[in-house]
Amino acid sequence: MSDGSLTSHGPSTDHGSRLRMTSKSVQQVDRVVIRFAGDSGDGMQLTGDRFTSETAAIGNDLATLPNYPAEIRAPQGTIPGVSSFQLHFADHHVLTPGDAPDVLVAMNPAALKANMADMPRGSTIIVNTDEFTKRNLAKVGYAESPVADGSLESWHVHALPLTSMTVQALAEFDALTKKDKERAKNMFALGLLSWLYNRSTTGTEAFLHKKFGANPDILQANLKALRSGWNYGETTEDFAVSYVVNPAEMSPGTYRNVTGNAATAYGMAAGALRTGRPLALGSYPITPASDILHVLSGLKQLGVTTMQAEDEIAGIGMALGAAFAGAIALTTTSGPGLALKSETIGLAISLELPLVIVDVQRGGPSTGLPTKTEQADLLQAMFGRNGEAPCVVLAPQSPVDCFDMSVESIRLATKYMTPVILLTDGYLANGSEPWLVPQVDDLPDLTVHLATKLNGTDAAGNKVFHPFLRDPETLARPWAVPGTPELEHRIGGIEKADVTGAISYDPDNHDHMTRLRAAKIDGIAKDIPALEVEDPSGEADVLVLGWGSTYGPVAAAVRAVRNGGGKVARAHLRHLNPFPANTGEVLKRYSHVIVPEMNSGQLALLLRAKYLVDIDSYTSVRGLPFSTVELADVLGRAVGVTTAEKETTR
Amino acid sequence: MTAVDLETPRLGYADVPRLADGEKLTRKDFTSDMEARWCPGCGDYAILSTVQGMLPDLGLKRENVVFVSGIGCSSRFPYYVETYGMHSIHGRAPAIATGIATTRSDLSVWVVTGDGDALSIGGNHLIHALRRNVNLKILLFNNRIYGLTKGQYSPTSEQGKITKSSPMGSVDHPFNPVSLALGADATFVARSTDTDRAHLSSILKAAADHRGTAFVEIYQNCLIFNDGAFVAVKDREQQQERAVWLTDGQPVAVGPEGNRRVLVRDAAGHVAYVPEAEADPTRVVVHDEHAEDPGQAFAISRLDDAEMSTVPLGIFRNVSRPTYDDGVRAQIATATGRLGHEAGSDDLRKVLLGNDTWTVG
Ligand code: SF4
Repeated sequence: MSDGSLTSHGPSTDHGSRLRMTSKSVQQVDRVVIRFAGDSGDGMQLTGDRFTSETAAIGNDLATLPNYPAEIRAPQGTIPGVSSFQLHFADHHVLTPGDAPDVLVAMNPAALKANMADMPRGSTIIVNTDEFTKRNLAKVGYAESPVADGSLESWHVHALPLTSMTVQALAEFDALTKKDKERAKNMFALGLLSWLYNRSTTGTEAFLHKKFGANPDILQANLKALRSGWNYGETTEDFAVSYVVNPAEMSPGTYRNVTGNAATAYGMAAGALRTGRPLALGSYPITPASDILHVLSGLKQLGVTTMQAEDEIAGIGMALGAAFAGAIALTTTSGPGLALKSETIGLAISLELPLVIVDVQRGGPSTGLPTKTEQADLLQAMFGRNGEAPCVVLAPQSPVDCFDMSVESIRLATKYMTPVILLTDGYLANGSEPWLVPQVDDLPDLTVHLATKLNGTDAAGNKVFHPFLRDPETLARPWAVPGTPELEHRIGGIEKADVTGAISYDPDNHDHMTRLRAAKIDGIAKDIPALEVEDPSGEADVLVLGWGSTYGPVAAAVRAVRNGGGKVARAHLRHLNPFPANTGEVLKRYSHVIVPEMNSGQLALLLRAKYLVDIDSYTSVRGLPFSTVELADVLGRAVGVTTAEKETTR
Repeated sequence: MTAVDLETPRLGYADVPRLADGEKLTRKDFTSDMEARWCPGCGDYAILSTVQGMLPDLGLKRENVVFVSGIGCSSRFPYYVETYGMHSIHGRAPAIATGIATTRSDLSVWVVTGDGDALSIGGNHLIHALRRNVNLKILLFNNRIYGLTKGQYSPTSEQGKITKSSPMGSVDHPFNPVSLALGADATFVARSTDTDRAHLSSILKAAADHRGTAFVEIYQNCLIFNDGAFVAVKDREQQQERAVWLTDGQPVAVGPEGNRRVLVRDAAGHVAYVPEAEADPTRVVVHDEHAEDPGQAFAISRLDDAEMSTVPLGIFRNVSRPTYDDGVRAQIATATGRLGHEAGSDDLRKVLLGNDTWTVG
């Protein structure tokens, strides 16, 4: 926001009926990153959500990422108890939730300490000084208050007694306790930030009416706190200017903000609806995947069945049973759960039944970093089963793409009668961005055609049903569900004879079936989009290839490098097994291929093995997404340009 | 659709399509063309034959019957029954069957399992199916040994059993499957034997009728690795001495005429068999399979000791409780009922839009 240049009086735009005019000077900036941080109980996620909603209403493009503490109730005022929410909004296409915040709102010393390392010099810090007591400072190891001892002099610090200002503003509310009043401090902070960035609070007011409608005192207090925060910004001399960020150019239509987990749940419901079959989920709660179970549990009106199982194995078992019975079967989990489900995935591969497995990857091994992100389950998804057991592996590139790739999972699972593993991750799952809500009828037609007729003859010339007679085009076997007369058949995990599906221990048949199962999956390459390369110069020698959630940081870094005059080509994989048919050809076109991954080089290993090309593997397993600056530096060095220290704009 | 009334006890196969009047299937219709491959003389043959003989009596359409199994000798069972079937993986059949039964009320779903499959590797799924009361029929073939892996002790093998993996005798304390099922709040619990066709058939019919999980332990002889394990209750003479035939409304008793002992409950609540002549008639335990409190059924199940001096056979418990699958479907029916029509694109669109949208252009 330091790069703003335009100064005017009054807001340059008027979005929302309740946007009050500010009388102070207004600066236009093209992008801002704000981080709200506080104790778990301070309501920072809610504050962030509301600010996001106000920002979306203005028409900025945006991306958000919450950061939850790993413990449910870590001791108050301590660093493990800090919860934060970051929002990046701009007048242009936003690719990531942003690296370094321009503004930090720190509700207590722990929130300041936990986030200080990310704050560039010159950025803005708003602290709630009421919480900067000796005791709270001591809890996080500050001998002196950093607000008072001069250690923050390189930053723009606004030291504000947010709690006491809120309590003061609510003096007239006799029915409320001091604690109730203090609790509204997040609305005061939201009001202040809304003033600072010229956001309308209309949406938040409506939200408060809905949330606290049953409790008029609490409702009025929150509304008052919100307005007081706004008014404080307007009157105090502490803030000389406010900022506007113009709307971004976006395709016309109706938008909402959506997290990756919600988009995954919606995509599964939508995909199932397009098949004409009911969706059935078997799942065991696990961080960070549980929200998919929560969302789908609330969609019973769409005929969605959700079964919360006794464990991960039962979760996928229930799903597999539902698949055998003719439902669109889904199980959702995270890395440790995928490990537990591997035997059943093998069974589904052997039975050739459609089944979608969502793995919201988190830091590993073992329990690892449950609330942090990683991409280290790729090889587990590819190979983590006994025997030769290939299945489809997909990875969405953004929170919104979780919807499309969920629909794609159902398409491939049902068309090819195969399990599909969808690899999202903690970053996609909890991150959010605006979503142009699709028209349902524009989604692909996935109508499923169940088997209804006998399809073969036995040695004696009788008409019979052959459960493993394949479609010559797709190599998929027929899906004959219980209740269909005459098609009674038995299938199991023992090797099956080609065509008849009878138990077979014949060596040649096993070799043949193993190759058939692999050929079926490999053949899907014909049915997925080619790998597209984006190279505006057409002269790049360096290709950066991302997969899954690295899309945002890679694309942002490429943008920065190109702004600095660097020539770099970019491609992105969403289909990991099979790879798009032209993948090898694309890789061989470039003298230098860089693959950034949040693991120790798993995609690089696959690409080297499959295409015999060299890959420059750039990896990081810090439980955090790549920063744009970090990747821009890596790419910049590869193409011989220096990129800015700070994340560049467009 | 309207909400299902969960209070009225319904037959286990109430929603399963039935054959037209006058139509009848036979044992042959339920016999697949796959030759059964158990060891000659294995108890599994007898059970298969009894099941194939009982199924036509249910009057159900064959294509609406499903058998699911795990891994083990008994788990080959589905291949031999001409219905839909799945031979799955070790221990997981109850979970898979739960998915089938929950998504399809028009199917009669049977699980065939063994002592290793159900009580070792699949113990968790078994107890959870039982507590949920999913509309499944679980047939546990208990031969007290691992047959398919060639003779290691199982979770129902008696302590001290010498096997290949326990040359000095097993130190494991065994499960009593009936006690375990009652402890897991099963609504239907019964026990029979492989070779007593009439008794097993009547128990299987009662299990099929029961709405909810019906758990049937079947003593099954493995003549290769544990021959004679149940001779104490299968040999005619010994059976007379030891079998306790549970009959609803009748005193719980063991032994032939002349040497009959009845179960009595003393003032402290303990139960024990005493000679009929000595029993205080007011303290005689009368079997009540419909008792809500599983306490008495559990007490009876505990009298089955390691020596098999007394072995209760028959239905221990048969009570009605809302089933999991009916409950899941009822909630969906309620939610779709509120919609007033079958969910379509517009309803999905409403969900996708959520509560907080904005419009561009
Ligand atoms: S090993 Fe025992 S249980 Fe298995 S088939 Fe042979 S006799 Fe039957």
